[in-house]
Amino acid sequence: MKQQTISLSRRQVLLYGSAALALTSIGSLWAVPAQASPKDAKQKLAELTGGAEISKGRIHITLPKLAHDGTRVRIKIQTDSPMTPDDYVRAIHILGERNTLPEIASYQFTPECGKAELITRIRLAKSQTIVAAAEMNDGSVYIAKARCNVARGAGGCG
Amino acid sequence: MNPLTPRIKMPSQASVGDVIEIKTKVRHPMETGWRKDGNGNAVPRNRINWFVCSFEGNEVFSASFHSGISADPYLVFHNRVAGAGTYTFEWHADDNSVLVASVPIEIINT
Repeated sequence: MKQQTISLSRRQVLLYGSAALALTSIGSLWAVPAQASPKDAKQKLAELTGGAEISKGRIHITLPKLAHDGTRVRIKIQTDSPMTPDDYVRAIHILGERNTLPEIASYQFTPECGKAELITRIRLAKSQTIVAAAEMNDGSVYIAKARCNVARGAGGCG
Repeated sequence: MNPLTPRIKMPSQASVGDVIEIKTKVRHPMETGWRKDGNGNAVPRNRINWFVCSFEGNEVFSASFHSGISADPYLVFHNRVAGAGTYTFEWHADDNSVLVASVPIEIINT
């Protein structure tokens, strides 16, 4: 008799447990705003650069491999450009593949900048790949990617 | 001091043609609009969405920020010194407030 009671309660625990788990996952889906995917980031980049052909190189990202706090992660972006009136970086875009909104920031440069380089702090909702794109004055686009593992994400921020 | 006073660090003197580093930081919560307060109400969105740096009235550098920029936006960028004059920095927020700062630069002959 005792045995039966135990097996019943265990079954109930499993049943209620799985039901509760299902509810929590649905609940968290509703509570957290929709999250971007690498595809969204790619689409956004195409939108920002007017669908130009994308090549690799000429832009470098410095990003920590591991960030303890996702609310402020230091990122440095450098480009190989002489920044002369004939050859300069027109814009740099930063995108996060797994943030709520993939676009993080866009910077507009002029030849007077002398150097197309910047340092800022970004929010990362979770571990993800960051894409930086440099748009040259002739319309060509160069990208670089860097991965950052986030121990504690910027909850609800990203 | 007003807590909203932007902080700018850049050389006060330079030679013509030098590329100087400009460090800027401004206090701002950069609310994304997705966070909830203690009562479960959404905190309204309020971000700095536009930053612009001009030299003697000519725009030399600008940036548009989205929700992925941290609170108290910090930004380091560069500029080639064209001559003596004043750099003006503006931060435009979603609530239409604008923070303005200006820093003069002198020319030294080396």
